[in-house]
Amino acid sequence: MAAALEARGLSKRYGRNQALAGVDLEVGEGELVGLLGPNGAGKSTLVKIACGLIRPTSGTAAIYGQPAGSPPARAALGYLAELFRFPGWYSADEVLALHQKLAGSSGGAAERSELLGLVELADTRERRVEAMSKGMQQRLGLAQALVGSPRLLLLDEPTSALDPIGRRTVRELLERLRERGIGVLLNSHLLSEVERVCDRVVNISGGSIVAAGRPDELARARGVEIETATGVRSFPEAVREDAPELVARLVAEGERVYGVRVLSTTLEDTYLRAVEGETG
Amino acid sequence: MSAVPALIAYALREAIRRKVFVVVVVLTAAFLVLYWLGARQAYVEARSFEGSTDTGVDIDTLTGATLFGLSMFATLFLGTVLTVFLTLGAVRGDAERGLLQPLVVRPVGRSAFLVARFLGAAAVSGVYVVLVYAAALLITEAVGPWSPDAVVGPALELAGAVVIVTALSLLGSIFLSATANGIAIFMVFGAGLVAGLLGQIGEALDSPTLVDVAEKTSWILPFEALYQDGLHRITEDTRGFTEIALQLGPFGGAQAGGSSLVAWAALYVVLVLGIALAAFARRDL
Repeated sequence: MAAALEARGLSKRYGRNQALAGVDLEVGEGELVGLLGPNGAGKSTLVKIACGLIRPTSGTAAIYGQPAGSPPARAALGYLAELFRFPGWYSADEVLALHQKLAGSSGGAAERSELLGLVELADTRERRVEAMSKGMQQRLGLAQALVGSPRLLLLDEPTSALDPIGRRTVRELLERLRERGIGVLLNSHLLSEVERVCDRVVNISGGSIVAAGRPDELARARGVEIETATGVRSFPEAVREDAPELVARLVAEGERVYGVRVLSTTLEDTYLRAVEGETG
Repeated sequence: MSAVPALIAYALREAIRRKVFVVVVVLTAAFLVLYWLGARQAYVEARSFEGSTDTGVDIDTLTGATLFGLSMFATLFLGTVLTVFLTLGAVRGDAERGLLQPLVVRPVGRSAFLVARFLGAAAVSGVYVVLVYAAALLITEAVGPWSPDAVVGPALELAGAVVIVTALSLLGSIFLSATANGIAIFMVFGAGLVAGLLGQIGEALDSPTLVDVAEKTSWILPFEALYQDGLHRITEDTRGFTEIALQLGPFGGAQAGGSSLVAWAALYVVLVLGIALAAFARRDL
C-alpha cells in the first residue's frame, strides 16, 4: 500500500536561496504528522510541492503513489493554504458548491451541510465570506479542503486565525479524520496543538529535517525536583523511576518532603533545540 | 472539462462584483449617446457643405463611412477595455491575493482554469463588441441614408480583434502583476493602432518603408490587421471621387487583410494560448 504522502530527496532552490535541501518525508494512511519549523524553514514549500503548486528542483513527491501535481494525486488530497482567500461575495454554501464542481464531488447539499456542521458553520451557510471573521473564513477553508472526501489533507497553518474554542474544534476534527483513515500533514506554529494531536512530529530547519519522531519520543527526561522544607532539591540526572528512592533517602536524612516534580522537555524545548542554529 | 462552465461562471461573477460591467455599460451608453448626437450634427453640417460645392463626392457616403469608422475604433477600444479588465489579474494577480491556489489544486487543473478564463472573457467581450457595433450601425442608418458595404464581416473581425487581445492579456497575466499587465496590454494595443495609422500615412505619402513597418506590425499584432480589414470592408464597393475622399480621411484608406488574415488570426490565438498554457503549467504558485 503506497503512503499517503511520500517525499524523497526533495529540494527546491529559488535563485540562491535553498528552500528545501533533500527532504525525505512520509505520511501514512490515517497518520497525523505535524510539521514544525521557524519562518522560512521550507514548510510551506514542502506542502506546496505536495499539492503541485510548486515544482521541485530535484527529488520526487507522490500522493498514494501518484506523482504530486498529477490529476489523480490532486483528486486524492484536500488543501488549505496558509494565505488563501475566497471571493467575498460568495456565501459559505456557494464556496463549497464551487469546489464540489471542481472536485467532481456528487455529494450535493448533504455533503455541504455535513462539512459546514463539522467546522461549526452550519448556521452561517448563507452568510457571505466578506461578512465572516478571519476565524470563520479559516474554518470554511477547512470545510473546503474536505470537499470530495480527500484521503490526504495538507493543512498549512489551519489554526493561525482561530481562538481557543476554534482550535479545539479543529483538533477534534483532526482526530475524527484520523479515525476515518485520512492522512494529515499539519504545518503549524502552535506547538502545543501539534503535541496534543499529532502521531508524529517533523522539525524542519534551513530546508532540512533536523528532528523527527513521536512527541513522547522527542520529549526527554530532564531530572527530578523535590520540594523540601529547606528548599527545592534538584537531581538533573535522575529519571521518573528514581523518584521514590530519592524521596525515601531525603526522608531518611530528616527532610520533610512536600512535593515531587519529574521534569521532561516539552515539544517546545525540542523544537527550540533543533532549530537553535537557524534562529540564533 | 465539466468544471469549465463553473469556472467561467466564477470569472464572470467576479467581474460583475468588481463593477467592470457597470463601468463598461455606463461608458458604452455615454459613447452611443454622444455618437448619435455627433452623427446627427455631422450630417446636417455635411449637407450644408454639399449645397455650396459640386465635387462629385457622395457626401452622405463620406460622412456615414467616416462616422461609422470612428464608431468601429471606439467599439474596439471599449471591447479592449472590457476584456483587459476581465483578464488582467487572472493568474499572477489572483495568485498574489490567494484566490487562485484553492482552485488549481483541484483535479480540474491549471489548463482548464486558463481555458475557462479565456472562453469567459472572449465570449463576453466578443458579444459585447458585436452588440455595440450593431447599435452604432442602427444609429448611423437612423440619422443618415448611408449603409456599410459589408455588415457581418466587419463585426466578426472586430470581435476577433478583441479575442486576440483577450489571449494576449491572459498570457501577460501569467508573468505580470495585474497593474503591470493592464498597462502593458494597453501599450501593445496603442502600438498596434499607431502602426496602422503609420501604414495609412505611408500609403498617402507613397512610402514603402512605412507601409512595410505597418504590414509587419499587422502580422505581429493581428488585432490591428483585423480592425483595418473591417474598416476596409465597410467601403469596399465605393468607387470614384468618394473613394479617394474616404482614403484621405482618418478612417479611410484602411488596408485589406488578404485571404490569409483570418486563418493567421485564428492560428495566432491558438499559439498565444498554447504559450500561456505551457508557461502556466511551469509557474510556481
